[in-house]
Amino acid sequence: MLLDLTLHQPIYGPKPANRRMSWRGVANSVTGRIEQTDFTALMLAVRDQQDRAAFAALFQHFAPRVKGFLMKSGTEAALAEDCAQDVMAVLWNKAAQFDPARASVATWVFTIARNRRIDIARRARRPEPEVLDWGPDTEPDQAEIYEAGQETARLVAALSDLPEKQRALIQRAFYGELSHSEIAAETGLPLGTIKSRIRLALERLRQNLS
Amino acid sequence: MSIRHHLSDPLLIAYAAGTLPEAFSLLVATHVSMCDTCRAALAAFETVGGAVLQDSAVPLAEDALAAAMARLGAPEKREAIAKSDAGAKSDAGAKSDAGAKSDAGAKSDAGAKSDAGAKSDAGAKSDAGAKRLPKPGDLPAPLLDYIGGDLTAVKWRSLGMGVRQAILPTSKGASARLLYIPAGQAVPDHGHRGTELTLVLQGAFRDATDRFGPGDVEIADEDLQHIPVADAGEPCICLAATDAPLRFSALIPRLLQPLFRI
Ligand SMILES: [Zn+2]
Repeated sequence: MLLDLTLHQPIYGPKPANRRMSWRGVANSVTGRIEQTDFTALMLAVRDQQDRAAFAALFQHFAPRVKGFLMKSGTEAALAEDCAQDVMAVLWNKAAQFDPARASVATWVFTIARNRRIDIARRARRPEPEVLDWGPDTEPDQAEIYEAGQETARLVAALSDLPEKQRALIQRAFYGELSHSEIAAETGLPLGTIKSRIRLALERLRQNLS
Repeated sequence: MSIRHHLSDPLLIAYAAGTLPEAFSLLVATHVSMCDTCRAALAAFETVGGAVLQDSAVPLAEDALAAAMARLGAPEKREAIAKSDAGAKSDAGAKSDAGAKSDAGAKSDAGAKSDAGAKSDAGAKSDAGAKRLPKPGDLPAPLLDYIGGDLTAVKWRSLGMGVRQAILPTSKGASARLLYIPAGQAVPDHGHRGTELTLVLQGAFRDATDRFGPGDVEIADEDLQHIPVADAGEPCICLAATDAPLRFSALIPRLLQPLFRI
C-alpha cells in the first residue's frame, strides 16, 4: 500500500474514530499543531537565550523518547537512561547547530540519538555529508520553519494510520534491526508516505542554494 | 553534467537509521555531498526517524530532570563545535543566517566553512553549495577525511594493466577502496558475492548496464557480472565499497586475491 499524505486531508481536522493513536499529544488533532510549534519555539529559546526552563520542557518530552528509542534498539535500560541524559546534554551544548528551517526538533534529536547508538554499538565512525552553506541571505521564513516543525506530526499521524505490519517494519528499520539488504528485500515499506516530503525538501534546498 | 544514477531508498534509509557498515556510510556520505536529490531524500528519511522516536517513550528515573539540569553548563559557540558530533550537524551545521544571534552571528560563515573542510587541506573548498561536483583533484569532505588529503595524497597500489587501488581504513563488515582506471582501460570481469557500490569521482566508465559519470553510483548485486571500461580521454577514479570480497574471473587469479586484500 502506498500512502500519499495529500490524501489525508484535513490532516488536523476531525480524526476518524478508528484512527489508532499510539502516541498521545502530538497525534491529537488540535494540540498536534500547537505542540510541534512549541518544540521549535522552545528549542530556539534554548539556542538563542540559553533558556533553562525551555530546556526542562524539552527534556520532559524528549528524554523519555530517547530512552525508549535506545531500549527498542537493544540498549539495556540503565545504559539507555544514561545515554538519554547524554543526548539531551548534546541538545543543550550544540544548540547553535539547530536550524528550524531544516529539521524539526524531533528529527534533530533523532539524529543525535542515532549517533549515540552507533557509538554504543560499534565504535565505528559514521562519515557525514559535507555541510551545505545556504549563503548569507537565507534568513529562513516563518512558513519554512512552520513546515519543518509540522512534518514530524504529519508523519506520526501517517505512521499511526498504517497497517500494523507496515508500521512495525518502519520501526524495525529505524531501531536498527534491519540491514540495508533486508530493507531492500521488504516490498511492504510504504515509502509513498514520504515522497512528497522529499520533493518539498528538494525544492527548498534548490531555492536556498540558488 | 548531472547525476543520473542515485543511491537506492534502502541504502538511504539504512544510512539514516545508522545501520550501514562504515565503508558504505562513507560512500553514501560522499555521494550525498555531491547530490541534492539524495540529500533531500536523506533529510526526509531522518524525519521518519524523528517520527519513530516520537512513538518510543518509556518512563525515566525520578531524578532524571534534576540530574540533567545539574549538568547544564555554558553551551558551545557554533564555531567551536567540533566535527565529532556528526548527526547534529549533518543538516543543521551550515547555518549562516545567525544575524539574530549576537555572539554567533559575526562568525557564522567561518564556522560553516571550518565544519565543511576542517580536517584537511580541502579547507580551501569554500563554496560547497555552489559547486559540489569535485573538480579534478578535489574531493568531497568525507572522503578527504579518509584519505588524509586530496587525490595527490592517495597511496596507490598497482593491480596490473595500469589499474590501481588504494584501500581506505574502515571497520569490519565492508571495505572501501579508491580505484584508478586508465583512460580506455577495462577492469577485469568480476562478479560479487554481496553488494558492491561504485561512485564515480572523476572521469567515467561504461559497462553492459549503462554509462556512469561523476557523482553517479552503480549498485551491483550478486547477479551482475560486468566489465567496466573507462571512457577514452580521461582516467576514471571511483570510490568502491563492498560487503564481500570481489571474485575476479579474469586477469587476477582468485588465489592472489588475498594478496590484494580485495
Ligand atoms: Zn543522488
